[in-house]
Amino acid sequence: MGLKYKHWEKLEKNAGLLAVLIAIMVSFGGLAEILPLFNDAQMVKPAPGVKPYGALRLAGKDVYVREGCYLCHSQMIRSLRFETQRYGRFSEAGEFVYDRPFQWGSKRTGPDLARVGGKYSDAWQRAHLLAPRDVVPASNMPNYPWLAEAHIDGNDLRARMRALRMLGDPYTEEDLAGAPDAVRDKTELDALVAYLQGLGVTAAPSAAGSP
Amino acid sequence: MPMPNKETYDDHVIRMFLMSAAVWGVVGMSIGVLAAAQMAWPALNFDVPWLTFSRIRANHTFGVIFAFGGSALMGTCYYIVQRTGHVRLALGKLATFTFWGWQAVCVLAMATMPFGITQAKEYAEPEWFIDLLIAVVWVSFGVVFFTTLTRRRIRHIYVANWYYGALIIAVALLHIVNNLALPVSLTKSYPIYSGAVDAMVQWWYGHNAVAFFLTAGFLGMMYYFVPRQAQQPLWSYRFSIVNFWALISIYMWAGSHHLLYTALPDWVQSVGMVFSIVLVMPSMGSAFNGLMTFNGSWDKLRTDPAAKFMIIALVFYAISTLEGSSMAVRSVNSLTHYTDWTVAHVHAGAIGWVAMITIGSLYAMAPRALDRPAVYSKRAMNLHFWLHVSGLLIYLLSMYAAGVTEGLMWRATNPDGSLTYDFLSSLIAIKPFYIARFLGGLLVLSGMVVMAWNLWHTAADARIGTIKPILIPAPEMIPEPVHDQTPEPLPAKA
Repeated sequence: MGLKYKHWEKLEKNAGLLAVLIAIMVSFGGLAEILPLFNDAQMVKPAPGVKPYGALRLAGKDVYVREGCYLCHSQMIRSLRFETQRYGRFSEAGEFVYDRPFQWGSKRTGPDLARVGGKYSDAWQRAHLLAPRDVVPASNMPNYPWLAEAHIDGNDLRARMRALRMLGDPYTEEDLAGAPDAVRDKTELDALVAYLQGLGVTAAPSAAGSP
Repeated sequence: MPMPNKETYDDHVIRMFLMSAAVWGVVGMSIGVLAAAQMAWPALNFDVPWLTFSRIRANHTFGVIFAFGGSALMGTCYYIVQRTGHVRLALGKLATFTFWGWQAVCVLAMATMPFGITQAKEYAEPEWFIDLLIAVVWVSFGVVFFTTLTRRRIRHIYVANWYYGALIIAVALLHIVNNLALPVSLTKSYPIYSGAVDAMVQWWYGHNAVAFFLTAGFLGMMYYFVPRQAQQPLWSYRFSIVNFWALISIYMWAGSHHLLYTALPDWVQSVGMVFSIVLVMPSMGSAFNGLMTFNGSWDKLRTDPAAKFMIIALVFYAISTLEGSSMAVRSVNSLTHYTDWTVAHVHAGAIGWVAMITIGSLYAMAPRALDRPAVYSKRAMNLHFWLHVSGLLIYLLSMYAAGVTEGLMWRATNPDGSLTYDFLSSLIAIKPFYIARFLGGLLVLSGMVVMAWNLWHTAADARIGTIKPILIPAPEMIPEPVHDQTPEPLPAKA
């Protein structure tokens, strides 16, 4: 008993040893669960049909991120029957490889948006973003009237695409050069609607048209 | 004969952390109450971008976790490492820097996030330039702590310090790995991870921010202040150490339970689920150890409001960790995930465990750090206790009811297999619970205001002892100067 306890005692009296051992013990979990994902093709390769966001949709995605939409809307249809019935085919990792940061969310105060693209008209989306209760009276979503007034900065967007290319997203020189023209005179509302209308549409063609 | 020791404890920086914790607690919870009100009455967003729910939600979470919790953790850590080691805090100037640095981090984060300057990763929202400052302050915190630890006069390192050490090391690792990003400009960056990998990194971080910031750190607080307040030794010292190693090594594996049934590989989900269940043991172990320490002095529950906060905190620690492990089971998670049950769970942990152990420790530490016999008003402490507990219970009951309602309505199917409810029906059904939750939050907040008032008066009383009033002489007692003449001595009268 006393002999066994000696080893613990050493640890309990040495701050450096304690710190090193803590660092080792807390490292295993992350190493085991994160590192393999980098080599998992399904996690890092785009699903068929999934391309990097075009200039306008990228601007819209960044608006979505900035406004914090992910705090009330998930973009992750779980592989459960009542989920696929409501939102469409379950989500796959390959659909999200160009999402920086990922927008799966953790709470649904509003419905899932992973396959919302094409479910509503552009006009409905615009009206709903500006004043949700005009179209859905019981909604508790905030109004976002400022989106209609703010314009997209083309040069800033090009810088963003360049940064994404450095991180490995396959944007071409033409994509970058064309970015300012693609968003000329576009508002943040235009961009956000374009982003939403593309959600779940380009990926997983089998899901198109499902409820 | 030993030389008389002139060394003193460095409590100045602790007093500053103590007061800033009280202020941030009120700020963070006020924003929480506003956010809760906005969910019940959306008109309260006022169509102002920086007041809108989706922009200020991070201000609530950052405000209570990192500003309130962080200030309390750093303050109590500096207090405990000095007392348990019988040594003065090392590197006093660096310690003062950690105070001002941390306050700068909090102010910067709170001032940028409502303007859309965010990384949009939950609990890691501040942008890259704030993240760099966080890293600098955090490493300085670690240097102060570990340097003090190596200078200790007691050879054995008391267990509370183990938990603080784990907090410092693990949070540094988590913060740096999760926030690796490529800046585009001062206000925008993209994470180096994307999609499913980003999700795994984020919830490895998010879960362990809970594990090490909101659990390990506050367990350190508990392991010092509970025996202190119970005036009894820890129930089992060895049990606390066994629980320590189990807790820190298991927690790190459990993050993937936030992503059950998602596009994350099944094996990662299952590993996270299994470790989450194993986690019941060290969690219940710590709660049990803390509660049993009161064995023999349960009368404190009647007489000492600080002990009262601590005991209920331990009960909620046991409840919320047991609940958390249950929610990590796939079949339970299919009901609870995405619903307000998650919100209820996190607040059982945050208002029940974290806030209550902090409040109990602040009430225990304040008179000692301020050299006062007791906190200014015991009645106000009791009032705070009842405001806090009733607010907590209203909050939890309403959010559990909302969560179960959502979970059941989303999965309800008709005999023909079609879904029974559209999404909006579930939102309409839980609206009354959102109003009740707002009222519960309001009660908790008012308790925090009472605490801030009480601590302020305790500090003011402490200052009185050091302040010497200037006597104002009556004008008629001062004779006019007469040139070339020695004045008569003044009449001897006060």
